[in-house]
Amino acid sequence: MLYSMDDMFNILPTVIVVAWATALILVEAFLPKKYKFITIWLTVLGLVVALVAAINQHGIEAEAFNGMLVVDGFSSFLNILILGSGILAVALAVGYNKRFGFDRGEYYIMMMFSIAGTMLMSSAADLIVIFLALELMSIPLYIMAAFYRGNVNSEEAGMKYFLLGAFAGGFILYGIGFVYGATGATGLSQVVTAINGGVDSPTFLLVGAALILIGLGFKVAAVPFHMWTPDVYEGSPTPATAYMAVGAKVGGFAALIRIFVVAFPTLSTDLVPILWGLVALTLVVGNLVAIAQKNIKRMLAYSSISHAGFILMAFLPYGDAAVFKSSVAAALFYLLAFAITSFGSWGVVIALEKSEGKGLLLEDYAGLGRKYPALGVAMLIFMLSFTGIPPTIGFAGKFLLFKAVMEGGYYGLAILGVLTSLFSAYYYLRLVIIMFMKSGEPNIVSDRWVTLVTASSAVATVVLFMVSTPLFAWAEQAVLKLF
Amino acid sequence: MLQDYLNDYWPIAILLLLTTLLGIVAIGLGYLFGPRRSNKRKNAPYESGMSPIGPGTRQLPVKFYIVAVLFILFDIEVVFLLPWAVIFKKFVDEGLGNFVLIEMIIFLGILLVGYVYAWKKGAFEWD
Amino acid sequence: METEVIVFLILAFVAIGSAIGMIINKNAVYSALFLILNFATVAIFYLMLGAPFIAMAQVTVYAGAIMVLFLFVIMLLGAEQLKKADKGEWQKPVAILFVVVLIVEAVYLIFGGGGDLLPMINEVSEVGDPISLATKLFKEYFLPFQVTAVLLLAAMVGAIVITKQDKKS
Repeated sequence: MLYSMDDMFNILPTVIVVAWATALILVEAFLPKKYKFITIWLTVLGLVVALVAAINQHGIEAEAFNGMLVVDGFSSFLNILILGSGILAVALAVGYNKRFGFDRGEYYIMMMFSIAGTMLMSSAADLIVIFLALELMSIPLYIMAAFYRGNVNSEEAGMKYFLLGAFAGGFILYGIGFVYGATGATGLSQVVTAINGGVDSPTFLLVGAALILIGLGFKVAAVPFHMWTPDVYEGSPTPATAYMAVGAKVGGFAALIRIFVVAFPTLSTDLVPILWGLVALTLVVGNLVAIAQKNIKRMLAYSSISHAGFILMAFLPYGDAAVFKSSVAAALFYLLAFAITSFGSWGVVIALEKSEGKGLLLEDYAGLGRKYPALGVAMLIFMLSFTGIPPTIGFAGKFLLFKAVMEGGYYGLAILGVLTSLFSAYYYLRLVIIMFMKSGEPNIVSDRWVTLVTASSAVATVVLFMVSTPLFAWAEQAVLKLF
Repeated sequence: MLQDYLNDYWPIAILLLLTTLLGIVAIGLGYLFGPRRSNKRKNAPYESGMSPIGPGTRQLPVKFYIVAVLFILFDIEVVFLLPWAVIFKKFVDEGLGNFVLIEMIIFLGILLVGYVYAWKKGAFEWD
Repeated sequence: METEVIVFLILAFVAIGSAIGMIINKNAVYSALFLILNFATVAIFYLMLGAPFIAMAQVTVYAGAIMVLFLFVIMLLGAEQLKKADKGEWQKPVAILFVVVLIVEAVYLIFGGGGDLLPMINEVSEVGDPISLATKLFKEYFLPFQVTAVLLLAAMVGAIVITKQDKKS
């Protein structure tokens, strides 16, 4: 036998999610319509089981399937993050999908497949597996974006996301082809060996790396590859938006970090100026254009673009082994902070959204803080966290990030980061002012699961700030294994 | 070298040639021996009634799309079966017969789930 | 001239001709038919390069199944006739500019600073013939092979979800 059961056990969380989702398809096919809610519970159960397996796996370091997958602290950190996000995303979707009349079990099955793809991406150490995992992550997202049948915006979002996502997938595949051509290998460790042994055609290698960077830039919505983001985020059903904002970022950054740190550290001199420009553009465009938005979903879309810029910032010192540990740890920590804050704020959006796209304008939030103080305070916490003001986890994230970037010697970029954070305070706090200072009569839709997500995210945003030191230590631990 | 290698494909080339010839012959014979008496009435789509306006094609319903997508997906599945069939004997000789057999069973099993789902959801029904 | 050069030149002529035919044709159905011819020619190229399996896949998957989908979608959208209005005249100069840049870049890479690109040509291995491909695919690439199955499954369910209404029971 070429493979043993150890290979399976090493990637047990992923195997659980895939097998569970496959079984759920059969459940969905045979279950009578009135028992459809069982699919939702089973989805949550599956994610919880996988989460337990992932936590249980913490600290294991192994290779599986011929070195195509690597299980280490990095992958288990991201696995736990994405599985947790999946559970939150299910909770956000249950009531919403019912309210808008598309409560089909396939939504959750698609999400599970997407989660499985993201998990594979976080441990993939072979370019072919990375590409397949990327597609497994993306294809369900296209479907989820178009899930609101009969709604033109949702269909448009699905179509746009699909076309641009497929285009980006083409870039990545083309890049993988170039890298293979230059090094004769697709496994990341073999690619490194080939590069260190001297490549015949460094130009091809560089072209390949650049194409991969572009493709993954699309996925994480970095400027100038962000054009799809506002439209897709606005048109998709809000719970799907909440999931894709986090899921696609986790997957994209997992692949970026793994590929570039493991395989291309030697290319850093060539790529760092490009990355610098990418980060600067993303920060400036994301934060400035967000100011002009009147629709909350579009505003949060641009905010999500700007956060991609912040996370990408941690990427710059990637060739510098001394600094890189703390900077990748900062990126992981920032991802966690972003995920929690993002789910909470989307929960508030879902609570206010009415049919036919009503209740999504910033003015619709007027008076929210007076009529529903708890919800108002929760949103306030999320906005503070997005801006990076203590006592929120967003502050800890930004602090650690800027610190790491300064250690890498990128002072200019750190200053730009602080400046754009100030800009972002304008539109985040404007919403707070609208909520508390202006008078209005907003109506929220009561949905206990959404309330639960919003409340727990708000609490987590503050509490995790208190324990950010051990949390960051965990993230640092996760990165140590990457080298 | 290339010629030796391409010699294996002569049967396919001959087959292609024959099918092409058959098509040409069938049309050519009809053209040569068939009577051709055309007039305006005869060339019209309908002998009587309204004269058609616009292109002759019309929008197809979305059902065709699902048929085509399922066709592609199962086609890709079959493409994987071909090298498997070619290699199976060699793997058995190497003592890896069970391994590839189980591997293919897993692969087909996963896709079988999709097949069952498509069936239950009525993707193969036309209405 | 050697036979293979002659065969190559004829095929190259057909491939480029059918590609141009695909682009300039106003009727999308004819474009799709030209694309089939193009795919078939490319399949023969693969065969000449010693990759019969890829050639087979090219014919069955691309020229076969995917073109069926293309034609169905063209008919589904009713997009077989291009309207004059959505041509976008401004695209022409931009497209010409990009093509010129691409050609200059390619010429520069091949004849100028592209010395390090040449070793690529020797990299052709035997990945294309069914035996070595299958050995690799079913031994080393066990995991990607199974992930492909999962990917196809997800795509299948997704395609059905977005086109089929949930049955009312």
